[in-house]
Amino acid sequence: MKILVCISNVPDTTTKIKFVDNKLDTKGVQFIIGPYDDFALARAVEIKEKEGGTVTVLNVGLADTEPSIRKALAIGADDAVRINAEPTDSLFVAKQIVEYAKDKDFDMILMGRESSDFNSGLVHGLVGELLSWPSIAPAMRLDIDGSTAKLHREIEGGHEEVEVGMPFVAGCQEPIAEWKIPNMRGIMMARKKPLAVIEPVGVDGVTSYDSFELPPEKGECKMVDAAQMDELVGLLKNEARVL
Amino acid sequence: MSILVFIEADNGVIKKSSLEAVTYGSKLGDVTAVAMGSIEESELAKTGKFGAAKVLHCSDERLNDGVIAATAALIAEAASQVSASTIVMSRSSLVDAVAARVAIKTNSAVVANVQDLPDTSNGFTVKRGVFTGKAFAFVSVPDGNKVLTIAKNVVQLEESGADAAVEGISVNFSDADFGVKRVGVHKQEGDILLPEADKVVSAGRGLKGPENWQMIEDLAGTLGAATACSKPVSDMDWRPHHEHVGQTGIKVAPQLYIAVGISGAIQHLAGVNSSKVIVAINKDPDAPFFKAADYGVVGDAFEVVPKLIEAIKNNQN
Repeated sequence: MKILVCISNVPDTTTKIKFVDNKLDTKGVQFIIGPYDDFALARAVEIKEKEGGTVTVLNVGLADTEPSIRKALAIGADDAVRINAEPTDSLFVAKQIVEYAKDKDFDMILMGRESSDFNSGLVHGLVGELLSWPSIAPAMRLDIDGSTAKLHREIEGGHEEVEVGMPFVAGCQEPIAEWKIPNMRGIMMARKKPLAVIEPVGVDGVTSYDSFELPPEKGECKMVDAAQMDELVGLLKNEARVL
Repeated sequence: MSILVFIEADNGVIKKSSLEAVTYGSKLGDVTAVAMGSIEESELAKTGKFGAAKVLHCSDERLNDGVIAATAALIAEAASQVSASTIVMSRSSLVDAVAARVAIKTNSAVVANVQDLPDTSNGFTVKRGVFTGKAFAFVSVPDGNKVLTIAKNVVQLEESGADAAVEGISVNFSDADFGVKRVGVHKQEGDILLPEADKVVSAGRGLKGPENWQMIEDLAGTLGAATACSKPVSDMDWRPHHEHVGQTGIKVAPQLYIAVGISGAIQHLAGVNSSKVIVAINKDPDAPFFKAADYGVVGDAFEVVPKLIEAIKNNQN
């Protein structure tokens, strides 16, 4: 089983988002492997341990993403590649992945259902279509049965079970696997694992992020006494107008 | 300008969010809708009242399975037939999976999770949600074809006009379009689906165990709301994953979100902060949810919730 896992490098999910000069204010922000990508990585490592094979991890990012890439290697990926570019939009990232993966005979390309910073959730579908491979998202379970992959895809109010041959692309989410925490041996070994740096290909027709805005501040929370639920219902009906 | 809108139905009834997409499209140009699977012609014609002149309907039964690649092929074929410059779709589990493939097939730029009508005063700029509901971005889309997926409640439904003409559309599907086989579906029946719900009642660890969820279901039933839960509750298997609301779960944007026994960690708030009105019920007066809520009740859920149910029933009588 030859697996490519694509990871994003995103602000920790507890980050208070602020912008300076129309860019994310990264002062004091801890960057992590995208939480959804982390699920994909964990499942890829489990599949490798069971079925044999290799896990390659890919990130489109500048050198400052290498701590996340090293962590992915410590978790169990065998080698890594960093496409040396600022990931400007989904199409740009997808084309880098496709350029790298197109002649490498991967059985599957896994990634998160979306990055938790830009949330487009487009890269798996773009990569699938560009490679003419099936794409499945959001995948909440993935099992390998010979040459068939069996997945659960979340739909409104439940999930569907699907089967697909290889190769395919999946955008993953919990509970596909438990996040893995690297152990000391993994961290030591990760230092010696290969991390190739590749220059990006040019991409036409990309979108550009001009500016950002924060949601309006919430007003003061109006407290209602626990014994006065009639009052709460009255407020929801007459003031908030949602009943 | 020719606009194509992909519409979906649930149990034969066109989704409200799909009608919103038709209304959105009608603000940009002349709308043709495209639909698939088993939907009555009279139901499809209804889209005319929201601005569609015509509906292209592919009745191929294989599409009832919501196959991602085949759906993308249908939308691309419809876009080609009507020379659509922009394709609009309302977000759903299917649309989220299909939009990117449609964009490549139609040589379009694609923007997901759009929050407003585009600003066309200088090019084509759309507002979209980023950082999991914690911010918005304004994105310039290059000239040429476009695919937009829009969030719920981005436009108000406007009903006027006449029925749309319904025509068949046939697509030369390839075997690869059906390369993913659906072998089973597990879906709750009868209840209100969480992503579509106007009201949501959500509960967390404060309920102490899955056996205590009856009162949450009663509250939801009284309000006509969907039920949801926090991540720890879903992780402990007290409730199914498709009820988990938050940063890594379902994002909801209902009119009313009632949180019972949920502290309000930033990861949970990321999934609910697009709600219009939030009510937090928690016994801890310092729970962070009170900073994000519009109305707060400090009290024991086991006492407050039954009283709230009673008050709602009194109000309904």
